[in-house]
Amino acid sequence: MDAILFKYNPPDRAVTFDEYLADGGFQAMKKALAGMSPNDVQQAVIDSGLRGRGGAGFPTGRKWSFVPRNLPGPRYLICNSDEMEPGTYKDRVLLEHNPHLLVEGMALTSFALGVERAFIFIRRGYEQAALKLRSAIAEAHKAGFLGSAICGSGFCLELDVHLSAGRYICGEETALMNALEGIRANPRVKPPFPAVKGLWGQPTVVNNVETLANIPAIVANGPAWFKALAATPEGSGTKLFCVSGHVRDPICLELPIGIPLGEIIDTHCGGMRPGSSFKACIPGGASTPYLTKEHWAVAMDFDPVAKAGSRLGTGGVVVFDQTTCMVAATLNLVRFFARESCGWCTPCREGLPFVQHILERIEAGRGEASDIDILKEHVQKLNYAFCALAPGAMGPVEGLLRLFEDEVREHITGGKCPLGKH
Amino acid sequence: MAHAITPREAAVDVMKGLQRQYGWLTDEAVAEAALLLGLSPLQVEELATFYEMIYRRPVGRVVVHVCDSISCWAMGSETLMRHLEQRLGIAAGATTADNAVTLLPCCCLGNCGNGPALMIGDRLFGPVSPEQAAAIIADHLEAR
Repeated sequence: MDAILFKYNPPDRAVTFDEYLADGGFQAMKKALAGMSPNDVQQAVIDSGLRGRGGAGFPTGRKWSFVPRNLPGPRYLICNSDEMEPGTYKDRVLLEHNPHLLVEGMALTSFALGVERAFIFIRRGYEQAALKLRSAIAEAHKAGFLGSAICGSGFCLELDVHLSAGRYICGEETALMNALEGIRANPRVKPPFPAVKGLWGQPTVVNNVETLANIPAIVANGPAWFKALAATPEGSGTKLFCVSGHVRDPICLELPIGIPLGEIIDTHCGGMRPGSSFKACIPGGASTPYLTKEHWAVAMDFDPVAKAGSRLGTGGVVVFDQTTCMVAATLNLVRFFARESCGWCTPCREGLPFVQHILERIEAGRGEASDIDILKEHVQKLNYAFCALAPGAMGPVEGLLRLFEDEVREHITGGKCPLGKH
Repeated sequence: MAHAITPREAAVDVMKGLQRQYGWLTDEAVAEAALLLGLSPLQVEELATFYEMIYRRPVGRVVVHVCDSISCWAMGSETLMRHLEQRLGIAAGATTADNAVTLLPCCCLGNCGNGPALMIGDRLFGPVSPEQAAAIIADHLEAR
């Protein structure tokens, strides 16, 4: 397979600027600046079928096309590197392995959108990755790929690195813009959407690290080449899968998007750890409902995973073995979301702690039969929250009730955790 | 701050800088940040209390963040936390009497393939056994 993001797979060392250049780095930039219009670049990304790698899977080129071309004033690009979805660490690995890809991807995206100042919003905890990115930016500057009159063209761009201080909600794109502006990072009301009115009220595009890092290869090799990298005819490109939990080798790998779940675990992660058998996994970070053994052959791409009742999300696969209590796992996930709720809206602020309380009760063997209905009701009602945090939090709860209702009932009728966890 | 488009854009950097200086964001530091940023102390407070990694209460010389999110949980973070609590003689969230160590549970550190994970300062560690964790903490105390 042709790899885009990981020159070494698994990415056990960093790619230097010189290595990146020698390997065709910034050729896409030169190609675009020499013979492509901004619209050509955007069209290539639309045709490539690239979908956002931050979790939602929205078509990237279409997102760009929402930016009005005739509004006065600056436009902004933000790279969302607030990777705080539990079970997700791909963007950190990518930044530490090859920050140059992000620099070039952001430069190309900025060229396509008419952006002259772009931001990289990096979460607390990724200071080492930020250091590498900052030196990559400095090197690109020195080589004339950033700054003014890039490659002798009229295109100018500055990249700013913004380090955050730890809060999951900052990854929500409108909350992220508030955070960047130095305002308490509650989400903003939509519409107006960021593409029209974003950072400092100006048109803004927010893309994930992995999404942006794919742009140079699309521009250099063309949309058809990119599409053909996928494991299925419907898919497009590669995907970073970062695996954790009870597998033998919990690693982050670049694989064709659409690769079957079972193949990721068995072929690429060495199967389960000794003595373990597969019980379930979350396929794409904490907000995605569980997949079980019946989903072993599911193609890990946005549409097939959605059809299987979950979401591809970030590609953060967390694997659980037979010793895992699914009520306890769900409680852990909900506790995270309850703690990270920004408190802005009532359904999320009040609803998540309540759901947490019910799950605690069930796990402790003090649950009642009616608790299951209360949980089901909340899966529906938390959709009324202001942003996607609370509906996301209910993803695993929905999966628990759909796939493991018997296990939940056993807790209630037996008056204790059947796996002896509490 | 000179690089910022509006002064308050630098709020997190300023708060972090002051925290590095004083160990935690004291009331005086909040006032200082407000002066630097052209905000009221209340506006700074609004930001300071929002972020998990801005400390508005005193902390020890070494702050240990133990991830308690799903991947680390699956790999034994609860056991790790219990061991550290016992060894340090404090509950999660507290600081040792000699002001040496603060032990805090925290959200996913993005080190999920290396669970259970912890963070001290700007460095991620994992996977760590209780013994390794204790040794890492001891190293940091010595370095201070």
